[in-house]
Amino acid sequence: MSPILTISGLHKSFGELEVLKGINLTMQQGDVVSLIGSSGSGKTTLLRCVNLLEDFEKGSIELAGQKIGYREDGAGQRRRLPEREVARQRSMTGMAFQQFNLFPHMTAIRNVMLGLIKTKNMPKDEAREVAQKWLERVGMAARSDHYPGQLSGGQQQRVAIARAIAMNPQIMLFDEVTSALDPELVAEVLAVVRDLAVEGMTMLLVTHEMRFARDVSTKVVFMHQGRIHEEGTPDEIFGAPKTERLQGFLANSEI
Amino acid sequence: MNLLDGLGDTILISVSSVVLGTILGVFVGLAMTYGQRWLRFIVRLYIDFLRGTPVFVLILACFYILSVVGVDLTAFQAGVLALTLFCSSHVGEIVRGALSAIAVGQTEAAKSIGLTFMQTFVYVLLPQALRQILPTWVNTATEIVKASTLLSIIGVVELLLATQQVIARTYLSLEFYLFAGFVYFLLNFVIEQAGRAVERRISIP
Repeated sequence: MSPILTISGLHKSFGELEVLKGINLTMQQGDVVSLIGSSGSGKTTLLRCVNLLEDFEKGSIELAGQKIGYREDGAGQRRRLPEREVARQRSMTGMAFQQFNLFPHMTAIRNVMLGLIKTKNMPKDEAREVAQKWLERVGMAARSDHYPGQLSGGQQQRVAIARAIAMNPQIMLFDEVTSALDPELVAEVLAVVRDLAVEGMTMLLVTHEMRFARDVSTKVVFMHQGRIHEEGTPDEIFGAPKTERLQGFLANSEI
Repeated sequence: MNLLDGLGDTILISVSSVVLGTILGVFVGLAMTYGQRWLRFIVRLYIDFLRGTPVFVLILACFYILSVVGVDLTAFQAGVLALTLFCSSHVGEIVRGALSAIAVGQTEAAKSIGLTFMQTFVYVLLPQALRQILPTWVNTATEIVKASTLLSIIGVVELLLATQQVIARTYLSLEFYLFAGFVYFLLNFVIEQAGRAVERRISIP
């Protein structure tokens, strides 16, 4: 089976600072990969590169067999793809953000419908149906006419996940989706993510919820200083960490 | 019916200056927010120059200097041009402020569902910016109405000059100045109330 996502030799710098120093990662359909590591290790940057929210200088990312973000011209020069093409490729991935980033001037259902109408060119009625279906899936059907300001953080995040996943992406990216939530709201969001994982959605997630990562992941990747330091099954990573760094990191995290 | 004509001119001057100035100002604000470095530099000069110059001087400049370099505008046109430029510098600054106050996460979320830059601007950023802009923009509009009185110095018979002409005939200066003052107040009062009503209507719950 050909992989959904292939990241090879990915390098990314912010000015002088090299944050990703050659990342290689492959994901198959249905894989749930958790990126763990201390802040500054490059997890979020890696996720943002996959969604083309960040440029990267070297290496490549292939999504469903298609190189994204850049192409090589005849002379072997690397060029960024035009805006429209980048936008189209971006919609092949869905992203849920730490800060939800719902559009405050639209109701929950309009938030979900916007991408369906504008990117997928879906007729309004159909978009409304699809949006309603997904809001139902995340347990937000009853609040579809509420504005984000009228929803709790956990509810906003569930709407945001519905907005991303309604686009029917090849892969869902979750960027610390529970970090901005009050502790009592974390569970409802994790339940939604877990549901999606169980149903076979391909997901790449950055998380600080170690217990959750252990539960849902098919693979866990420990990043340190811009490199993949150790990777393996959840049992290998959490049960028998090999490197000292990972042992140290896990000792300092709540499990 | 001199006064009514004057009032008509005041309204025409104000409306055209505000409309044209707002359109121009949105582009100024866009350039300030998303432009290349050199463009931002030029637009910054434009804004600072216009905001640092008294409207009075702008009006004289548009009327006299332009005619020296061969652009012949009527007093009315020159006045509207001056107020339009003045308005655009204010609107530009307001638009820039509103756009940069929107969290960057909004743009990223829009991108992540595949919207292009134009779509992001039209459906996500602009609706939020407009709500933010409205109160200050209404304020600018009332400033323009008041500044339109300055066109009397280049001979545009707007409400103030029309009033003065009536006074020259009737010598009832107190009565007619009071009347003109009241009309200006009324104009701006209506603008402000309308602005508040719109604000209430479009406010986000």
